[in-house]
Amino acid sequence: MSLLKVENISVFYEDFQALYDINLEVEEGEIFACIGANGAGKSTLLKTIAGILTPRRGHILFDGKPIDHVPPYKRVEMGISLVPEGRRVFPSLTVHENLLMGAYRGRKGPWTTDAVYELFPLLKPLRKRQASGLSGGEQQALAIGRGLMANPRLILLDEVSLGLAPVVIKRIYEAFPTMLESGCTILVVEQDVQHVLTVADHVACFLEGRISLQGVPSEFTPEQITAAYFGV
Amino acid sequence: MEWINALVQGILLGGLYGLFAVGLSLVFGTMRLTNLAHGDLTLLSAYIALTVVGMGTARFNPLYSIPIVMVIMFVVGYALQRGLLNLVVGKGDVQGVIVTFGLSIVIINGLQEKFTANSQRLQVGKLEKLSITISDQLSVGWLPLVIFIVGVVVIAALQIFMGRTKMGRAFRAVSDDQEAARLMGVNTRHVWSVAMGVALAIGAIGGVLMGIRTTFEPSLGSNLLIFAFEAVIIGGMGSVWGTLLGGVVLGIAQLLGSFAFGPAWSILCGHVVFVVILALRPQGFLAKTVTA
Repeated sequence: MSLLKVENISVFYEDFQALYDINLEVEEGEIFACIGANGAGKSTLLKTIAGILTPRRGHILFDGKPIDHVPPYKRVEMGISLVPEGRRVFPSLTVHENLLMGAYRGRKGPWTTDAVYELFPLLKPLRKRQASGLSGGEQQALAIGRGLMANPRLILLDEVSLGLAPVVIKRIYEAFPTMLESGCTILVVEQDVQHVLTVADHVACFLEGRISLQGVPSEFTPEQITAAYFGV
Repeated sequence: MEWINALVQGILLGGLYGLFAVGLSLVFGTMRLTNLAHGDLTLLSAYIALTVVGMGTARFNPLYSIPIVMVIMFVVGYALQRGLLNLVVGKGDVQGVIVTFGLSIVIINGLQEKFTANSQRLQVGKLEKLSITISDQLSVGWLPLVIFIVGVVVIAALQIFMGRTKMGRAFRAVSDDQEAARLMGVNTRHVWSVAMGVALAIGAIGGVLMGIRTTFEPSLGSNLLIFAFEAVIIGGMGSVWGTLLGGVVLGIAQLLGSFAFGPAWSILCGHVVFVVILALRPQGFLAKTVTA
């Protein structure tokens, strides 16, 4: 049984349809990558899984149980944690307080503030600083650390590398194995395809609200992926 | 020397205004809701104290009714937010203003129906008359002094609550980014309701103390609301101590105005000083606004 099963969901923003009958399954312990251009519906999918958006049709099953009517805060309790696009750290809170907010629901697990500081040592000297003063890379590390503090079974990472320097992106991807070891399954959304395809076990390519290609990355040629990405 | 007396009385009065204002500021800060019924809800606490004190045969000191009224107002605030005001949070400014304006009218008329439009007062006996004489012209009443100290202690406690507790942290997180807070597992409906409960519980302290200090009637709420607004804006949004400072500035302006031009000018002087500060320093004295 897969950890997350998305069945035929369609999501709308008022009259605009962002997702059309999406189906995908994420297995426990894997890295699942959603790629696609801007506006393809990847972030919409993650928000729907986290419960911020409600699908008009279709179902989402987590660990075999339907969670369509579960409010976002209870999904965090079940072990779904979303690291939102654009970091969205709490600007007036300190780094340490941001991490504590991640543990708000008090789910038990291996992640503590110390474990996060060990994973991202750059955060440790900043712990008393207000998050608003951090650089983009520091904020991204903080946002991921905050997401991990929920001790999730499934962590949803939205556009982790957007707007960051290559060296920072590298450091963030280096954290993935530790996250997997802690028992996290990773569902990552990326526009930057190259990096994520080297680590992902499964990939789904989004194009205008539909999945244009899905499977194991090594089975696709770069041409196939380019075609699915741009729809040419 | 008499102006020093007015100054000191003004500072002491400011503690009371600070108590009216922090709740308003807390509610606006956590949920961007402008609660136009805040003054009437504060006034309602004075009437609840009146009822509580009058119950049974042993009439007791209204000061002791404060904890009871705080609990009642916390429950009222929680229920009001959970049952009604949560519906308008995040739906734009206008909805919240209209609903709380309506609520204000309901409270005023409810109070008039139940308690008549006559002035009421909470009696505390001897404490009303005791004072400390510092010099011939300067004497400080125990009651205003106690009220001011209560104001400072409550505001310090709120500051600690916001800074050190998990719920206080959630208030600030929700204030920063509501959706991100929901993603952390914060049940925003619950947190908003607790915020409203805390705001009204603090307002209850102010309301009861006001009822001890002066007479009150059902229409007084709008005055309290304006003083609260002015204190918040003078002090600067988002700063708890700023709100107390704003209350003190307003209190000083009113009592010095009264001293200089006569009692009839007191309120107007407060408003004028507020307008001047709004024009010269619209962000207030201790504004604390942080953006990403």
